[in-house]
Amino acid sequence: MANINFDEYKNIWVFVEQRNGKLMNVALELLGEGHKLSRDISDETKVCALLIGDGIENLAQECFEYGADCVYLIEDEKLKQYTTDGYTKVIADAVNEFKPDIFLYGATHIGRDLAPRVAARLKTGLTADCTHLDVSVAEYIKFAEENTTLNTKSLNPEDPNKNLKMTRPAFGGNLMATIVCPNHRPQMATVRPGVMQKMEPVAGATGEIIRIKPEISDADIHIQVVEVVKSAKELVSLTDADIICSAGRGIGDASGFDLMKKFADKVGGVVGSSRACVDAGWIDHSHQVGQTGTTVKPKIYFACGISGAIQHLAGMQNSDIIVAINKDPDSPIFEVADYGIVGDLYKVIPEIMAEWDNAEALYDATTK
Amino acid sequence: MAFKIIVCAKQVPDTNEIKINPETGTLIRDGVPSILNNDDANALEEALKIKDMYPDTHVTVVSMGPPQAQEMLFECIAMGADEAVLLSDRAVGGSDTYATSNAIASTIQHIGEFDLIFAGRQAIDGDTAQVGPQIAEKLGLPQVTYVEEFSISEDMKEITVKRQLEDGYEMIKIKTPCMLTAIKELNEPRYMSMGGIFNPDKKIKVVSAADAEVDLTIVGLKASPTNVFRSFTPKPKGKGVTVEGDTEKEIAKNLLIDLKKKHII
Repeated sequence: MANINFDEYKNIWVFVEQRNGKLMNVALELLGEGHKLSRDISDETKVCALLIGDGIENLAQECFEYGADCVYLIEDEKLKQYTTDGYTKVIADAVNEFKPDIFLYGATHIGRDLAPRVAARLKTGLTADCTHLDVSVAEYIKFAEENTTLNTKSLNPEDPNKNLKMTRPAFGGNLMATIVCPNHRPQMATVRPGVMQKMEPVAGATGEIIRIKPEISDADIHIQVVEVVKSAKELVSLTDADIICSAGRGIGDASGFDLMKKFADKVGGVVGSSRACVDAGWIDHSHQVGQTGTTVKPKIYFACGISGAIQHLAGMQNSDIIVAINKDPDSPIFEVADYGIVGDLYKVIPEIMAEWDNAEALYDATTK
Repeated sequence: MAFKIIVCAKQVPDTNEIKINPETGTLIRDGVPSILNNDDANALEEALKIKDMYPDTHVTVVSMGPPQAQEMLFECIAMGADEAVLLSDRAVGGSDTYATSNAIASTIQHIGEFDLIFAGRQAIDGDTAQVGPQIAEKLGLPQVTYVEEFSISEDMKEITVKRQLEDGYEMIKIKTPCMLTAIKELNEPRYMSMGGIFNPDKKIKVVSAADAEVDLTIVGLKASPTNVFRSFTPKPKGKGVTVEGDTEKEIAKNLLIDLKKKHII
């Protein structure tokens, strides 16, 4: 890409992933983030949704309501079901034709399969699993000063450089790195679900729909999707939960999750887990919180018998309030906890459950 | 004709063992062991299971890294791999995922013909999950990532895999040669065996970029589209309070009173 003309590359694209005719939450989050970034680039910068499938034009409306200025629509029966080959081909063709400056994907099992392949075909860079994005240096400085230990003295808030600064955790969340892609376009990133903010939807919002006729034949697709099975297991919505009751190795065995279920039911929350319990086969991986599981930021996170391995902390330390219950007073979990309880979770949790409905009365009694 | 499998593996620091110095906010890496990356162990195990069923199978582990990555490759051989190739060269240092996949793809081409490439989904130090698909793109192979079940037809031409999704799974058929990436649900990696450890016929070959005929214009820091702008540690969160109380009941009450007081519940 020696002779790339940067002025040709405009606008922010979002791959708005849909499954079975339903947009993924992260797609809407990315439209919101794209909208925010576009204002820091220029008034002319548009947020464009790239919508791929078959018979899914109706989803364009939802994209407009959540912040898209325009929708590029690629429909074909060969694109009804996601395949790496098919989607990579039509996306790479569209990028070569329309030249977006920035291109964002949700870091889902599909986004993380697709984006690296597209990036390699376009010979451009890709940053995985981002948790923060900036274009303006001034905004980046603000973010860094609020959230990190970075010394920002070497950065100039007046710097007009609008390169995308893509921040992501590394080494299991021990380190954060901000990655740039200065000499290649588009600048591509996959973004963790649950991290960016959706916009308040604007009912009836409209925009331009640009249809792209895909050049795709059966010869382009080398795999055969025999069936897609939606899991019958109870869907755990960790990212939407206000309260998460999470257990770690300290729970002892699989039966301990019976208590966690009761605890979650009592407080109106959902059950989470550390990786250790999932690895031990005590609970399904869909409950896993952490760097390799789900990133969460509930109002209250109960960490019960969780020592606080760095991967786990990476996935929950932005919770509003963290309550840690652990027998070992030296557990790292207490370093991030707002409330630390040194004790046996099997004794403490039943008492919290017993007193939960009395909280108001207990508090009133202290004010009299 | 032997069925040839390439397994991509990486030596990584055990990130579970890394801790942050709370005073300085820096990583404590002293004494952190280097291990065979978890997902890569699952990739190797699946290759070895094919070899168990069809002894004519040949399993070659490929890695890129400093010379000490041979320790990890020794472990792969001791588990049952037939040979290992380590691309070790300063010229490939500083590679991002794109440049890394160029280097590994070239090394695989240098090794010769293969029927299947198995990689781990991602490495625990970077967690990008990008190198597998990018090797596949470079070699023009179809891919399936997040593989949690695997089977192969008797003629070794058609593979059926179960691909994990967040809300279920897909059953996919794919023809060899292809690239698959493994997740931990796929299998339970075996231990090293004495026979594996003491087999003198099994070799670890360390190759330079020149040995592997890697094009130096597409690897290393300079050929990497992405680079690190800044790196830092997250701001340590202020330590909270310990909830006091003589009994569990009292502790629970004090917690709830404070949560109520601060309008959290």
